[in-house]
Amino acid sequence: MSCIDPERTARVLVIGGGIAGQAVCEHLGGRARQITLVCGEPHLPYDRVNLGRLLSQPSPAVLGDLLLRPQTWYADRGIDVRLGTWIEQLDPDGGTATTHTGEQLGFDYAVLCTGSVPLVPPLGNVDAAGVHVFRDPADCEQILEDAARARHAAVIGGGLLGLEAAFALASMSVPTTVVHLMDRLMERQLDAAGAALLAPAMEELGVEVLLEHRTDGLIPGPDGRVRGLKFAGGTRLDCDLVVIAVGIRPNIELARRIGLSIKRGVVVDDRLVTSRENVLAVGECAEHRGVVHGIVAPIREQAAIAARTIAGDPACYEGSTPSAKLKVMGVELFAAGEPESEHAVAVRNAETGSYRKLIVRDGRAAGTILLGDTRGSDLLLDAIRRAAAVEDPLQLLAEASQSSAGDLPDAARVCNCNGVCKGAIVDAIRTGGLGSTQEVVAVTRAGAGCGSCKPLVAELLSIERAGASEEPAYLCPCRKLTREQLAGVVRAHDLDSVSAIGAECGAGRECGACKPGLAYLVSEIRGNRHREERHARFINDRVHANIQNDGTFSVVPRMRGGVTSADELRRIADVVDKYEIPMVKVTGGQRIDLLGVRKEQLPAIWEELGMSSGHAYAKAVRTVKTCVGTDFCRFGLGNSIQLGVELEAAMEGLYTPHKVKSAVTGCPRNCAEAYVKDIGLVAVEGGWEVYVGGAAGSTVRKGDLLTVVSSAKAAKRVALAFLQHYRENAEYLERTYGYLERVGIEAVREAVLGEGQAELLERYRIAKAAADPDPWRERHAPATPKQFEELDTEAMIIGPPVGAAR
Amino acid sequence: MSALVAASTTWLRVGRVDDVPYLEGRSVHIGERRVAIFRLPDGWAAIDHACPHKAGPLADGMVADQCVTCPLHGQRFSLLTGERQDADGVGVRTYEVRERDGYLELCLEA
Ligand code: SRM
Ligand SMILES: Cc1cc2nc3c(=O)[nH]c(=O)nc-3n(C[C@H](O)[C@H](O)[C@H](O)COP(=O)(O)OP(=O)(O)OC[C@H]3O[C@@H](n4cnc5c(N)ncnc54)[C@H](O)[C@@H]3O)c2cc1C
Ligand code: SF4
Ligand code: FES
Repeated sequence: MSCIDPERTARVLVIGGGIAGQAVCEHLGGRARQITLVCGEPHLPYDRVNLGRLLSQPSPAVLGDLLLRPQTWYADRGIDVRLGTWIEQLDPDGGTATTHTGEQLGFDYAVLCTGSVPLVPPLGNVDAAGVHVFRDPADCEQILEDAARARHAAVIGGGLLGLEAAFALASMSVPTTVVHLMDRLMERQLDAAGAALLAPAMEELGVEVLLEHRTDGLIPGPDGRVRGLKFAGGTRLDCDLVVIAVGIRPNIELARRIGLSIKRGVVVDDRLVTSRENVLAVGECAEHRGVVHGIVAPIREQAAIAARTIAGDPACYEGSTPSAKLKVMGVELFAAGEPESEHAVAVRNAETGSYRKLIVRDGRAAGTILLGDTRGSDLLLDAIRRAAAVEDPLQLLAEASQSSAGDLPDAARVCNCNGVCKGAIVDAIRTGGLGSTQEVVAVTRAGAGCGSCKPLVAELLSIERAGASEEPAYLCPCRKLTREQLAGVVRAHDLDSVSAIGAECGAGRECGACKPGLAYLVSEIRGNRHREERHARFINDRVHANIQNDGTFSVVPRMRGGVTSADELRRIADVVDKYEIPMVKVTGGQRIDLLGVRKEQLPAIWEELGMSSGHAYAKAVRTVKTCVGTDFCRFGLGNSIQLGVELEAAMEGLYTPHKVKSAVTGCPRNCAEAYVKDIGLVAVEGGWEVYVGGAAGSTVRKGDLLTVVSSAKAAKRVALAFLQHYRENAEYLERTYGYLERVGIEAVREAVLGEGQAELLERYRIAKAAADPDPWRERHAPATPKQFEELDTEAMIIGPPVGAAR
Repeated sequence: MSALVAASTTWLRVGRVDDVPYLEGRSVHIGERRVAIFRLPDGWAAIDHACPHKAGPLADGMVADQCVTCPLHGQRFSLLTGERQDADGVGVRTYEVRERDGYLELCLEA
């Protein structure tokens, strides 16, 4: 029946970077020659389901936490992602789309994933300041801002979305009222009895519920900001923050412009194809057999079918069972399928306030409502999905409340977001020998969507592991050996190299990924008096430069404390000219980067620079940034340049579990950003503060104040003791911020400031004495043959091959 | 140089055995082609130098007993068969390589 020609499967244009657009990319996998993903919003696809986390107090999530996939995922798959780009026009015949900037994008198939827009009723003054919808990160930002000074908030709409918004506001300590038109909350998912229990549960969380209130208009204040709501019947509610959550409307603007068949959404057939053969639609914008879905699970199912349609591997989408879980802490609510029918049984427990109902139609499971006690929701959802025959509904309800993950049938779907069944998870655990939830999520993708099934995944894992606790972080995952176990092996047999560890216990021999970690481990334990093996080091550490995306390298000379001289700058300039280096750049670490250098040029460049390695490529001490301090600054309280230069000299050349960056700043204005460094020293009246575990990279964290000391010398001593403590105790690739989060500042204080300090400093001195302060000296004495070169390029022919006619 | 690779099975001397350290790789240009040669615990292996993903330099990769990991984005290939090992995907070509009189010889089938 398909008239889509698989031969043409080539360029796919995905319009809209929501959950639908991302799911389509995910399912297309390698089946398209080229994928272009056009995102109207200026962000990579994120998890809208968990948008509320951007509001959750005390520490709201940031958008980065919600991204469905990191940027590298798209890059790795060659997906051309256009952020902040709108498709204005589409020509299915010509196979071109026009963006808002007028750019033309070619396609063989276009997939509309344009989602929906919040429904805003035509009330008087809805555009007053302080009135918001709840749909994207920008809305959250504004709600957060207004909530900070709001005295009373109103949420219009008592559905799932409205309740989540109200809960978020209430947990920001803003008195909140939900205003609902109907006589019960969540009328689409709940029956009257369930809804009757939900309202008091919300009130207990500090959310007032006003039912059967029709909002007639908003009342603006003299400053243009909302001051209240006006209801039909004349009553009012004072409020200075309003969130409108009355529903959504499929975004069909583009579809309409190109004349696709539209009812409520863009009409699609069972292949997800619209009225034009090479245009598909998936997600909240699509209408299939008269249904427009507004939740994620069906969207993912549609995306899978759409990808198959495009790949010429036709499949049939037969619709999905709607289900909903309320993400309001303290109120457990799960509903699926139909809320009501003639045949239903319900169990109510007045004491615990729980309500469990199973709806049966023609002898088959058709719906469920679980409030206050959602045990067994997976089992019931599975029965509803299969329309399982139910002889005794009460018995099934009772079974469900006793069920554990182990009772689920293999075909039961555990992860609704990614459509992963129990069988697949158990299979992956068994065949892959998986030992931690994190691993199971990574391998199966179950739990990688909204995350609500993660507890179930963990339960399945624990059943498979017969109750044994989860596995720890392995330094060598192939052999399942932790850092501590491996350190034990090194000490017990007095091993001096990665090869010796491999020979002893097999670590590092299978995939090789842990070899750099093993190399660090053995060097650390032996105070840098180990046998150095270059094959155990990442390419960066073999040639002492950072590899770039085109296979060239970068050169960052050491510039202690960010201080340089005319002489150095002149030599750098000469090198750049002579070697025609494509880019010279001042780095974020207060030094200079020469980018785009070929491997074989490295030794000569190092020679002519006459500077030492800045270790910008290594898991090692990187930089110590400084500000101008007392020498020049009118506010300076400490000589930050001097201390920074000294500290860098004392730490440089030391390899560490992950990179270590430091800063010394002359006063709490913090111009060198010491609060957010692995080690940060801040001059204060009468001494120095020492901060550790700060970060301002992918994670932002203010360092913990380790101690305050009275002299620069003492500050340096504490910093070095902490460095050694971190070197000895952190997991490989664990930054100080992760380490401090894990063990806590108290434990670090005890280790670094307590009696052990002298010993830490002694071990630091031993390691430092044996460390190579400047690996760039290998330009004179290469560590391996052809360290910076290829083999002979003059290949030579060896006689005519046997039997070859030449 | 391209005349050399035109013959059907030709062994080419590509460099000295001593120039490829234990469990490391070195690359060699042969006409248009770039081949990466590795010294393994029990012998030699040669594959295309350019990673099929984004042409990462595989000779610079991390080598374990029988596989190499691309230094750019971590795809892993068997050094024996050239197959991708960490997931499904395009593999690399393998070549025969042998040791003669202190030199490495590579067999190129055109
Ligand atoms: C060159 C530089 C950018 C610049 O032009 O300014 C840079 C470049 C890279 N950074 Fe950075 N970072 C640079 C300063 C920073 C800073 C700012 C700073 O040092 O004050 C940060 C935030 C501070 C921090 O580290 O927490 C920073 C946080 C990161 C991160 C995130 C680390 C984290 O755990 O949050 C990575 C990724 C990683 O390490 O896994 C990273 C990784 C990288 C890598 C090495 C990516 C890679 O593996 O290839 C980049 C190398 C590019 C290349 O091709 O050479 N870079 N990077 C900066 C070199 C500073 C220097 O002089 O050594
Ligand atoms: C606060 C909140 C909580 C939720 N909770 C749940 C829940 O618990 N469970 C659940 O299953 N669902 C939940 N949902 C619903 C779920 O988030 C949506 O069903 C889902 O995100 C819709 O995905 P989509 O990709 O179809 O649409 P959207 O997410 O709307 O994505 C469409 C994207 O396309 C872009 N776009 C539109 N037109 C164009 C164009 N012409 N060119 C380029 N780009 C364009 C838009 O900017 C948008 O980014 C919740 C929603 C919200 C807001
Ligand atoms: S230099 Fe740093 S921030 Fe810039 S692209 Fe590379 S890793 Fe990302
Ligand atoms: S270039 Fe090899 S993994 Fe990306």
